[in-house]
Amino acid sequence: MSTVINDRAPGAASRGSSGSEIHITFPRVVASEWIKFRTLRSSRIVLVAAIVAMIAIGSLIGYNTGAHWGGGLDPEDRVASAPLQGLYLAQLLIGVLGVLFVSGEYTTGMIRSTLAAVPTRLPVLGAKAVVYSAVTLVTLVPASFAAFFAAQSFLRHYGHGTALSAPTALRVVIATGVYLTLVGLLGSALGWIVRSTPGGISSLVALLLVVPVLLRVLPGQWVQDAAKYLPSEAGASFYGTLHDATALSPGGGLLVLALWVVAALVLAAVLLRRRDG
Amino acid sequence: MIEAHGLTKKYGDKTAVADLSFTVRPGVVTGFLGPNGAGKSTTMRMIIGLDAPTSGTVTVNGKRYAQHRAPLHEVGALLEARAIHTGRSARNHLLAMAATTGIGRRRVDEVIDLVGLHEVADRRAGQFSLGMGQRLGIANALLGDPATVMLDEPVNGLDPEGILWIRNLLKGLASEGRTVFVSSHLMSEMALTAEHLIVVGRGRLIRDVSTREFIASASANSVRVRSPQASQLRDLLLGADITVSSSATGELAVTGLTTDEIGRRAASAGITLLELSPVQASLEEAFMELTGDAVEYRTVTEPKTGIAA
Repeated sequence: MSTVINDRAPGAASRGSSGSEIHITFPRVVASEWIKFRTLRSSRIVLVAAIVAMIAIGSLIGYNTGAHWGGGLDPEDRVASAPLQGLYLAQLLIGVLGVLFVSGEYTTGMIRSTLAAVPTRLPVLGAKAVVYSAVTLVTLVPASFAAFFAAQSFLRHYGHGTALSAPTALRVVIATGVYLTLVGLLGSALGWIVRSTPGGISSLVALLLVVPVLLRVLPGQWVQDAAKYLPSEAGASFYGTLHDATALSPGGGLLVLALWVVAALVLAAVLLRRRDG
Repeated sequence: MIEAHGLTKKYGDKTAVADLSFTVRPGVVTGFLGPNGAGKSTTMRMIIGLDAPTSGTVTVNGKRYAQHRAPLHEVGALLEARAIHTGRSARNHLLAMAATTGIGRRRVDEVIDLVGLHEVADRRAGQFSLGMGQRLGIANALLGDPATVMLDEPVNGLDPEGILWIRNLLKGLASEGRTVFVSSHLMSEMALTAEHLIVVGRGRLIRDVSTREFIASASANSVRVRSPQASQLRDLLLGADITVSSSATGELAVTGLTTDEIGRRAASAGITLLELSPVQASLEEAFMELTGDAVEYRTVTEPKTGIAA
């Protein structure tokens, strides 16, 4: 059985045997993470679920809004971003998948193989971020467009369609896909920081859903002012059509949300370098 | 070649590895022997940079592991069986690992064949038995055609055929000039595989010797003698560096003399011998004796208090 390796002198045979030299490069680590992502069933299921949620909920809202246009609708039900509310479900799916992409390595022990293969570690964090943001961007920006157009096909039927060229429409459709991508990255950063699936998911849900509600019921104006800098609220300023006077601008919302993601990834990187694998 | 200098690892106030220095040389199988909890796994994790030493250094082929451009080509490690995502197939796992360093698909197929996982390579690793998981771990370790192969308790969960396969594989790897470093808590397994031994207990180095020397020193050869004239024989044999003890009437345990010598002396004094046999301490006993103080977990036998007391 050992004959297969007998003809390979250590250090000699495989060095440069396939033309390119055998060593680590960042694109190779990205390729490795892409293999890891696409070879897990859970990745595909959750990603498809998020896309379906966007389009199905968009269609439902389009139908419902069109049928009840006459009465009982709030102003925000009629704007361009209204049919994109599938994002509330999709953000949880994409965020959780981001957590899982990292925490799955810790819960299975895979991380030991990964860090042994790339012992400088940070390329792994970078490669996972590149792969996951690319995957979510190329699937969820189109999903957002699909949800918009699906909703509009119902709305047009009732004579209330909004064109993509309408004010804010194109921005909110793209922003929704980008928001989901950034939430996914936030999830993966939490996965690195917490290193456990339940812990990562709970902290993601706390950050996106629990903390905003808590702040809303707390007294004090400064608390309310601070609340708009939370990822979910900054995100809403970014992908929403309507803005009240105190909210961040769409650009400001994107900036704040991006800063959250960068800060979380930097913390993740520092911890990854410092902690035992 | 692995070189450790004053390697120390503390977790809080618990010291897992204490001032460990050793060199693992290419061309032979070096056994890393010690009871469970002796710090073997921690040491191996430090070698490939998974754990950072509290103090001290360890290098592989002259550099810290993380400084190599192709780490998988320097050290192939099997750490624990659980270092693989259970939801991914064996082949996809190896392809992902190989991709980091630009190792081709052909090499992946090669190591799958080498460890005998051809039939199950596309099954999810979560469905693997312990033995299949070990084989996948070994395929993972050999993927980069590494100059140093480091395996933590590789025979765990393997059937007798698998154990024999591992033994031959390790010897084969060493004969190709590679550095082979294998941990075990089983002395008997190491005696069959390793030429050199690094023995640790409680994180400290106990012995760093060739296996032959270890066995020789371990087998405190004594000779069992039975004779109706035991006390007369005892007086005859006693001398410098010779101990004679007796556990039963007519029975002696002699150390420091060979069976030949005892037989000759007895014959010249006209003493009848009923039995004359060499007794070798087993390797397990020798190992226990060496590491006896260094066992982290031991069964405590409560002294019985009762009617007799």
